[in-house]
Formats: sequence, C-alpha cells, structure tokens
Amino acid sequence: MPPHMTAIEASPTLLTMTLDGEEVSFTRGETIYEVSRRHAKDVPTLCYDPRLDPFGGCRMCVVEVEGVRNPVASCTTKATPGMVVRTHTDALEGHRKTLLEMVVSENRQVDVDPLRGYASQELTQLVDRYEARTGRFRGKKSGTSKTGDPNPFILRDYEQCISCYRCVRVCAEQEGDYAISVANRGFATQITTEFDGLLKESTCTFCGQCVQTCPTGALADRKSLRAEALPGPITETRTVCTYCGVGCAVDLMTKGEKLVGVRPAMDGPANEGALCIKGQFAYDFVQHPDRLKTPLVRDASGELVPASWDEALDRAAAGFVKANAEHGRHSVYAISSGRAPTEASYTLQKFIRAGFASNHVDNCSRG
Amino acid sequence: MSNPLVDMEKPDVIFAIGTNMTECHPVAALRLKKAIQRGAKMIVADPRRIPLAEMAHLYLPIRVGSDVALISAMCHVIVRDGLQDHDYIASRTRESEALFEHLEKCTPEWAAEICQVPAADIEQAARWYGAADRGAIYYTLGITEHVCGVDNVQSLSNLALLTGNLGKEGAGLNPMRGQNNVQGSGDAGGVPANFPGFQSVTDPANQEKFEKLYGKKVDLEKGITKITALNRAGEQIRAMLIDGENTVVSDADRKHGEAQLRKLDHLVVIDLFLTETAEMADVVLPATAWGETDGSQVNTERRVQRLRAAVPPQGQAKPDWWIISQIAKRCGIPGFEFTSAADVFNELCSLSPIYAGLDWDLIERGEYQWPVPHKGHPGTPVLHQGEFKNGRGIFKVIDYRPPAETVSASFPVWLTTGRRLQAYHTRTQTGRTAGIEYLLAEELLEIHPDDMREWKLQDGDTVNMSSSRGSVEVKVKASAKSPRGTVFCSFSFNEVPVNFLIGGGFDPVTETAEFKVCPVRIERTAAPARS
Ligand code: SF4
Ligand code: SF4
Ligand code: FES
Repeated sequence: MPPHMTAIEASPTLLTMTLDGEEVSFTRGETIYEVSRRHAKDVPTLCYDPRLDPFGGCRMCVVEVEGVRNPVASCTTKATPGMVVRTHTDALEGHRKTLLEMVVSENRQVDVDPLRGYASQELTQLVDRYEARTGRFRGKKSGTSKTGDPNPFILRDYEQCISCYRCVRVCAEQEGDYAISVANRGFATQITTEFDGLLKESTCTFCGQCVQTCPTGALADRKSLRAEALPGPITETRTVCTYCGVGCAVDLMTKGEKLVGVRPAMDGPANEGALCIKGQFAYDFVQHPDRLKTPLVRDASGELVPASWDEALDRAAAGFVKANAEHGRHSVYAISSGRAPTEASYTLQKFIRAGFASNHVDNCSRG
Repeated sequence: MSNPLVDMEKPDVIFAIGTNMTECHPVAALRLKKAIQRGAKMIVADPRRIPLAEMAHLYLPIRVGSDVALISAMCHVIVRDGLQDHDYIASRTRESEALFEHLEKCTPEWAAEICQVPAADIEQAARWYGAADRGAIYYTLGITEHVCGVDNVQSLSNLALLTGNLGKEGAGLNPMRGQNNVQGSGDAGGVPANFPGFQSVTDPANQEKFEKLYGKKVDLEKGITKITALNRAGEQIRAMLIDGENTVVSDADRKHGEAQLRKLDHLVVIDLFLTETAEMADVVLPATAWGETDGSQVNTERRVQRLRAAVPPQGQAKPDWWIISQIAKRCGIPGFEFTSAADVFNELCSLSPIYAGLDWDLIERGEYQWPVPHKGHPGTPVLHQGEFKNGRGIFKVIDYRPPAETVSASFPVWLTTGRRLQAYHTRTQTGRTAGIEYLLAEELLEIHPDDMREWKLQDGDTVNMSSSRGSVEVKVKASAKSPRGTVFCSFSFNEVPVNFLIGGGFDPVTETAEFKVCPVRIERTAAPARS
C-alpha cells in the first residue's frame, strides 16, 4: 500500500452503508443510485444515462436518507459511510406515480414504437409499472414539433419531449458537438438548434446519439420507422460496424428477414455506446436491389451472364489451373480484402501459398 | 495501435499528424475530445484546417509531404533542450548516437522553410510533446500515403522512443486503421511478406513450419505487392483473384490500372455489387454482406471481435471463405474442408503465435487484444511494455525527401485527397444508403476562398483539374479548410475519379501510392457566365 493512503481508501470494501435495511459496501465516489443498481434495487430514472454526468432533473430517482428532511435524487447524491437509505417507501412510490402522471398528462402519446430508439420505451415502461395512465393533469404541452425537419435520419417529434435534456447532454458531453441546446424554461421549454433551424444547418453530425438516449421517442430513428408497419417482433443480433477500424459494437435490428435498423451496443468495448453516422445509419446496402444475386460468367459474346455456382466455380478454378500450367506458379495473384471477415483473407492466402507455393498475395493499400 | 482506444482519454499531450480523425474515425475522436476536456493539450499537424485543427491548442498547417522535416526538427529541439528520456534511451534503445548526430542539422529554422510554418511553433510543439509525462501520437494515411510513408512512420517512432513514450499507458505510437478489417486481413497473412501472424516468409523456421502445415513446398521469397503485380499483368501475372475490392476506382492512376487488368487472361472478382472492377472480370462471384455473415474482425487496437449474421443472404450469395475454398478444391488443392467460419478461425489460431491463446468461443465477447500467446493469457492492450519484441527499439536516421512530383509552372497547385464523414471509400456501400445524399450529394473540390477569388471561381463552378496523368471535371466550393495553393477532394465518387490523376510516386518499401500529394492545374471548363 502506498504510504500516503489510509486504510479506508486502500480497501474500499470497508466502506458500508445501509440500503433498505441491508448493510452493503460501496466504493468511494459511487452515487446512491449506482450502489442501488448494483444491489438490484430497481430505482426508476428518466433523466439518467450512465454515460453522462449526473443531472438530477426529473426527480424520479429520489430516495429517503435518514436524517435528511426531503428525499434526495439518488443519481446525483454520493454514497457516504454509515448512510441509511430507503429506496421504495409508500411515500416515494406515491411521489413517483404523481410525477409520472404529470409527465403523461403533458404528453400526447405514451406508447411509441420501439423502432424509435434504444431508450424509447423507458417512459412507457415506468408509466405501466406505476399504473400512471390517467388524464388527471390536463396540462399544457411543452415543446413544438419539428417534424418538418426533412433530414432523413432524425425525427424531431417534440410533442413527446419531457425536457430530460439527455439529448442535449449526450451531444455536448459525449460527442462534443453542441448542436442542440435548451431554449426557454418551464412550459415553453424547447430543445432547439442554434437559430432554431434545421439540424443540417447546425453542427450536427447525425451520429444518432440523441435518438438513442431519448426516453420518450421524441427523437426517433426515422430510417427504422420505415419498417413500422412490418409485422412481427424485433430481433437483435450483436455484431461490429463494417466501416472504419474503430470497430464499434452494434446490435442489428431485424423484423423477419428484413434489416430494419442499427443500435449502438452500450457495452461495446471499443465504443461504449457511441456510433457515428456511418455505423448508425448506413446499412441499406445490405438489402439493396443492386446486390449480386447469382454468379456471373462472361459468355462467348463477351457479356457477363448469370450462371450456376458449379459452372462459375469450375470456370474460376480452370483459369487458375491453366495459368499455373502454362506460365508457372508465379502467374497467379490474389488480392485480399480489408473489408471482408478475417476468414476471407486467411483462406485466400492459403489458396495462394498452399496451392501455388507462392507468396503472391496482398491486401488493399488504402489501409 | 500500440495502445488501446481507452488510452486516448489519458494523454497529457496529443500529437495528431496526418489524421482527419473526426471524419475518418469519429468515435475514436470522441475520446480525444474527452482528454482535452480533462486538460490535455493537443498539437495537430495537417495541411488542411480539418475539424481536429479547430480543437487544437497548437495547429501546424504544414505543406503536404513535409512531415519528416517537421518531426526531425521536433526531435532536434527535444535533444537540444535535454527533454529526452535518458534512462529509456540507455536501457531500451539502440543507435541513438547516429540519430543525435544527424539531428544536429535539423533545426526548426531549416524545417520551417520546408514545412512553411513558423520555427517558433515547431519549437513549441517539440517542447510540449517532449515535456509530457504521457505523450501520445496518432496518425493515419496522411502519414503513410506518401513516397516517404515508411520514413514518416520511422520518424514518428524516433520521436516516441526519444521521449520514452512507447510501452506506456496513455501514450504510444498509434496508427488508426482505415478499413474495418485491414488489421485482420494482415493478421491472417493476406500480405506478400508474412505468413499468418506476421511470421516472415523468409525465415527458414517459418518456412519449415508452413511446409509441414500446408503439406506443400513454400516459396522462399517474398511475394510482390499488388502495385507490382498490376504492373506485370499480362506478362508474369496472368490470372488474378480479387476479393471485395474495387481496385479500379480506389487505386492510383486509374487509367493504367484499368489497362493492366484488361491484359489478364483470367480475372475472378468476389464482391457484393457489380463494381467497376467486377465489370472487367471473367467470373464474378456474389459474396454475403456484413449482417449476413459469421466471422471475425480485428479493429485498430488489435481487438478480435465476432461478426454475426442477422439476415439471410441475398439471392445465392455465399461467404467469402466458402467461395475461396470451393475454388481451391476445384483446383485440386487439399486442406479446404472447412464447414464454417469457426473452422477457418480455429485453424488460423492454431498456427499464429499472436492468436495462440484464442479460439472461436473465446472471442465471443470481444475482450481480447492480441498478442494472446497462450490459453489463459488476458491479451495485450499495451504493446512493448518492459521490452520490445526484438529486444531494443532502434533509432533510424531519416533524411527529408521532397514528394515525387512538386508543383511547377504547368502544375502549380497541390492536390491532396482523403475521405469524408458521410462516405466510405468508393461508395459501393454508403452510396447505396437512403439519406446519405441529403448530406453529401456530390463531390466538391475544396479551394481556399482567396484562391477562389484570384482564380475567378464561384461556388458550383465546374473546373477541369489535370495532372500529368489525366484530367477530371469537378465542381468547386470555397473552403477555409484548404490552405492557399492546396486543393482537396475525396476519392469516393466515381463521377469524380481523382485517382486518374494520382500516382506520381510510390513508397519504395510498401509501394503505397502517394495519394496525399499530386501537383495539378485547375482551369475553368466554360467561360464564366459573369464578368
Ligand atoms: S427530446 Fe428526448 S432526450 Fe431530449 S429532452 Fe426531450 S425527452 Fe429528453
Ligand atoms: S460507427 Fe463510425 S467510428 Fe464506429 S466503427 Fe463504424 S464507422 Fe467507425
Ligand atoms: S434520474 Fe435522477 S433526477 Fe432524473
């Protein structure tokens, strides 16, 4: 142990607090919310995104702390040794339900299509959990719809906005782009771009992070919504972005045999939930009508015409065998792809090395 | 990269040279933004005023192709001012004396003339980087796509070694890989000089090993590069198999490339689309796309991750490994009995020392960064810790060389090329994505506003841009990103095939084309509509 450290700092297990009657340990700097989450307390949140600085705007996550008069926001309050915390009292649950009812009354639509975004179901799920679907507060609506923004990627449906500022914060803290901000206060609160213009005219890079963090679907993935009418459940498959060398992990969303969208993997080791416009939105090529559907071979008149796999593979092989026989092993060359999976390059180099006793293989130069 | 992506949040001083990271590796750039928010200083050297330059504490708008001069002068200042890491140099490097002697003449004043930036700024960059506890270098093709690409990289290596920044957390020498799996392709042996796992083909021990493994005599000499192979098409090279690369559009000197491919007796192309290259083939074989294929992919920090199929293949498309194995079998080559991507990957692991501790199941969650020398090894996020693979880091004496072609009376303007955020390579994929055209409808040549004025051009005018190899028509746009006398465009649009112009020189070692530098002439195509 370095001499300047005290015993408590060096062994974090010695830090304990009481959580719903149970003694639990925590590490220095953890918030009450983070400790509760580790102990599966399921404290509800709305303005919280684990990747962003704590904000404390929605008060959904409040908990009771012994010796403190009013409930505190657990997402912004740090745990301290000896603290006694209750996460689910009747009073707290009542407060949460009232809060949700107020939010719902302000909002046009509670049920939004999950295609809208990664977090789009958060409000819906809480409303159902707290049975808060009432029309009690027929209050004013906040925000003005910008569905007129013709950009093909991000739907801006601010009628659903609850002013949690997650979009603004992700844009500033995670992306460093500061494309959107908050204008006005209270019921006039509005998420906006500079000069209230189109996203295209702002510093927006269309990375889609605001869409993925929005808990209400107010910001939505316009490309995915093209598949709103398709029947069937959404299936997710974990893979890695196909564009640059960063290797961002993504979940591909499919409905039946249709690729309908991409979600950032929040636990992706390279990206930790971030994506850029290419990884987020540039997937249509996969099921594009221009895809080659059959092998092609050049016929006697010089045209490329469809052929069976057998015919095409035989033609392909025959040409290499012939070159090798007539001009020697060094007459065959292969270029491997920096775009295809590793297995493609492995088999290609083996084809050349084991097949022709040659090292005539290279990959793309534009590394 | 010598260091992992997470380390990009940790340096004290960032030196980014020849990398347009916010556009080419946007998610990695986020980490640099976090480092800067934390208080890190950033030095950016790039001929263009790229977005990264706007974020820099010190921006060096160096002339295209002058990198070696800048880096050597930085090394000069570090040694002159005693900022080098004496212990590190003594215990972990070799041949520092020769370098020190060579550096004496590489003064900031000398470099200032070549790079066209103030000597004081070069001094400042050197002192910041030299004094950093954690100095991290990031670079991309702006460093490698030159006649002196290897020299550029070796100069950067000198700089990192001099200051003890190799083998240290939050520091390092970090090339950012452009393509999603160019790392994996090299790892797998898709290169002329190495068997899988970067095992040199000229090392007798490796030759023996692969002779046993592949049951066939191996070639005792390195293969030729793709560039040489194309040059020898129709002579030595008669048959070519090209997997998933639109060579015709993406390579330098396109006219030459097309003509050479036409000389082949036999061309087989595996791709997703009927690309310009595939159109020239005798046989075109449809491959499964991303999202339809199981496999593995290796990112720029050497992280081996799984690719998974989510949708069925289009038409009769097949995985690349299957197609190549079928061709091999039909050529009578044994050893292609693979039945899955897992089979192929496991064979690769069995004969590559850097993957020896991996198998298909272990890469399920993508937590390993190679080398993983044996099972149970946790992987190696930071390279060169404690010791270099070959013992000591070696300093190299590098002389500055001008680009292969420099501006002249007939070609007075520098053209430099690169990528854009919304487009990828030859757009065979992003070009087929709904919405991208909203942001990037066409290619526009970026010209400094003062040059626009002097050359009497306005946004949207069409010009004829020519080099000694050919000419293209392109619309222009004023942009303060371009320095005066240097214009920029991407190589992504087939309508503006700039690669017809490029190809004045190649790096003598890697044969990488000088994509970043090409002298051109710019002329208006039609008389202006106004006076
Ligand atoms: S648009 Fe969504 S993320 Fe942004 S403030 Fe409104 S509800 Fe929150
Ligand atoms: S999402 Fe963007 S940064 Fe990430 S791998 Fe894909 S192209 Fe690269
Ligand atoms: S989640 Fe804590 S205040 Fe909103």
